[in-house]
Amino acid sequence: MISFRLAPRVRPWRAGAVVLPLLAILVTLILSAGVVLADGANPLRVFVEIFIEPFRSRYSFLETLVSATPILLTGTAVTIAFRSGYYNIGAEGQLLAGAIGAAGIGPHLGSWPAPAAVAAMTLAGLVGGMAWALVPALLRTKLNIDEVVTTLLLNPTATLLVNGLLNGPWRNPETGFNESPRIVAAAEFPEIFARSRLNFGFVVAVVVLVLAGLVMHRSVLGIKCQAVGMSRDGARFAGLPVEGLLLRAALASGGVAGVAGACLVGGIQYRLTEGISGGLGYTGIIVSTLGGIHIVGAACAALLLALVNVGSSSANRVFGIPAQLGDVIAGILLMTTVALLLFRKYRVVLKRKS
Amino acid sequence: MSFFIDVLAAMFRVSTPLALGASGEVVTERSGVLNLGIEGTMYAGAFFGFYAAYQTDSRWIGLAAALLVGALASTLLGLLTVTLGVNQHTAGLGLTLFLVGLSEFVNRAALGTGSGSSLKVRTFSELRPFGLGGVFVQYGLTYFTLLVVIPVLWWMLGHTNFGLAITAVGENPEAADVAGINVRRTRYFALIIGGMLMAAGGAFITLATLGTFTIDIIAGRGWVCLALVIFGRWSVVRSLIGAFIFAFVYALQFRLRLLSGWEDVPFELLLALPYLATIVALVLSGRNAPYPGAYLKAFRRS
Repeated sequence: MISFRLAPRVRPWRAGAVVLPLLAILVTLILSAGVVLADGANPLRVFVEIFIEPFRSRYSFLETLVSATPILLTGTAVTIAFRSGYYNIGAEGQLLAGAIGAAGIGPHLGSWPAPAAVAAMTLAGLVGGMAWALVPALLRTKLNIDEVVTTLLLNPTATLLVNGLLNGPWRNPETGFNESPRIVAAAEFPEIFARSRLNFGFVVAVVVLVLAGLVMHRSVLGIKCQAVGMSRDGARFAGLPVEGLLLRAALASGGVAGVAGACLVGGIQYRLTEGISGGLGYTGIIVSTLGGIHIVGAACAALLLALVNVGSSSANRVFGIPAQLGDVIAGILLMTTVALLLFRKYRVVLKRKS
Repeated sequence: MSFFIDVLAAMFRVSTPLALGASGEVVTERSGVLNLGIEGTMYAGAFFGFYAAYQTDSRWIGLAAALLVGALASTLLGLLTVTLGVNQHTAGLGLTLFLVGLSEFVNRAALGTGSGSSLKVRTFSELRPFGLGGVFVQYGLTYFTLLVVIPVLWWMLGHTNFGLAITAVGENPEAADVAGINVRRTRYFALIIGGMLMAAGGAFITLATLGTFTIDIIAGRGWVCLALVIFGRWSVVRSLIGAFIFAFVYALQFRLRLLSGWEDVPFELLLALPYLATIVALVLSGRNAPYPGAYLKAFRRS
């Protein structure tokens, strides 16, 4: 009988940071090939449709960037928090709060010039997200109450708030549908190319991503936040204002998630709708984890997941395979990645039991 | 009066999946493992229970299939969190994503139905013990949950060697290991029991109350269960009380909506109360929230 145990490596396996994610993608493809086969389709052709085809068609390529926009932002939001040791599981709620903020002011910006209106929408999203993140952040820093549970519980609360607004005060007075009044034309995020949904929100996402990357990985503030993330006690011992840094990271994270909500309202829906997010905040956690809790990695992961999302829709049209294949692939990818990344720090030691 | 009885009867129905899910999460967390796969496990229990019942035309096989799926799902989580010891938040959320995706995938692929499913299975029928009416007209699984599952779990966790072993590996796995308890095996057992309870909670919705499967059928009930565990301070009985309170509010607002003059009341705010109440409960218990000592911590024998 052979058993194994995991022994810590003396130093992390550096090449593993590249090798292991690639291996995770390979394992994911093999496992999801089984799911595709079970549906009676040819895995090779389905995977070509998902991963290669979007690069051949202008529409699908731009649609991948549209799909990447909100998860670039929620992935960044989660990375800021996780890097700082603040386990914000609430990006979903913060995104919705940002969407509420943007949809709240959007219809009332009629007299504003377009650039100012778009900026106001983005800012409203930022403020909404920060507001939703504030209470758990204060509970963490002032009363030492676990943020995982509080941020998680505020997600369904935000969903209920959205539904409550749409069934009550914000119900569209003209149509009677449970969607908020349409935002004014000036507040709509301008489209970047003709005949594509790709809009200014993508630019916002890239700018936020670059700023967050510079602050988190290249500035003193970011290094301090990372120190807190590595060891709270160590950071405190070194004289860092741990609570203040955690609070800032939590609010920045919530604000960035809120901007994702503003991008959905301003660039895609033009109003608040039920199910406007559909889990994009949770996807942010996946994006960040797949990206090794690093902004650059998160950007790559967001683009990969957007590709899987758009690609599985087109595989659905071409082969009739359910589009939920994208979620199956993303779920398997997340689990294999967290499992394999472990081997950066641990190695397997086999031992023979007598 | 009949309105009140109606609400009370609905309360027991609504609380059943929550009680099953929350007690499953209590058993799991008591062993030191957080199962954020609960939402997906309930979802997969609801779907695969329905699917098996539809294919075999047997509700019992459906229920058995749900239990099997629950056991498999939590074994997978055990592989990640117990054997490998990866981050439990991520592993659990990944499991939820995978199971929800897989359920909807199979739903489309094998049953070919979209959001508005028209496929039905014959549901479990309601019991009328001793010919009693009113509140007592309930599904057998509700009776079984309240009269058997919860008491047995309460007894098992507090009064059996196995239950004490679960608590021991959840509080201090190193000490439990020295005392000769197999930490990993105990955690696997706790995960599997918990997963089966969660999946049964999901299957109750498709096989008893609805008789059909629809997209987003669990609708966040798994997250409610997580809240109930903390609200109930890791006790199956107190979590059950929490489930009753939530279910009562839910049943009440559902029936008030149907009355005239109540259309404009923002019931969503009422439904948000359990979440906010849990946060308040956490604040009040503050640092003293009795989290298991080895919560989220992997056990590695050095």
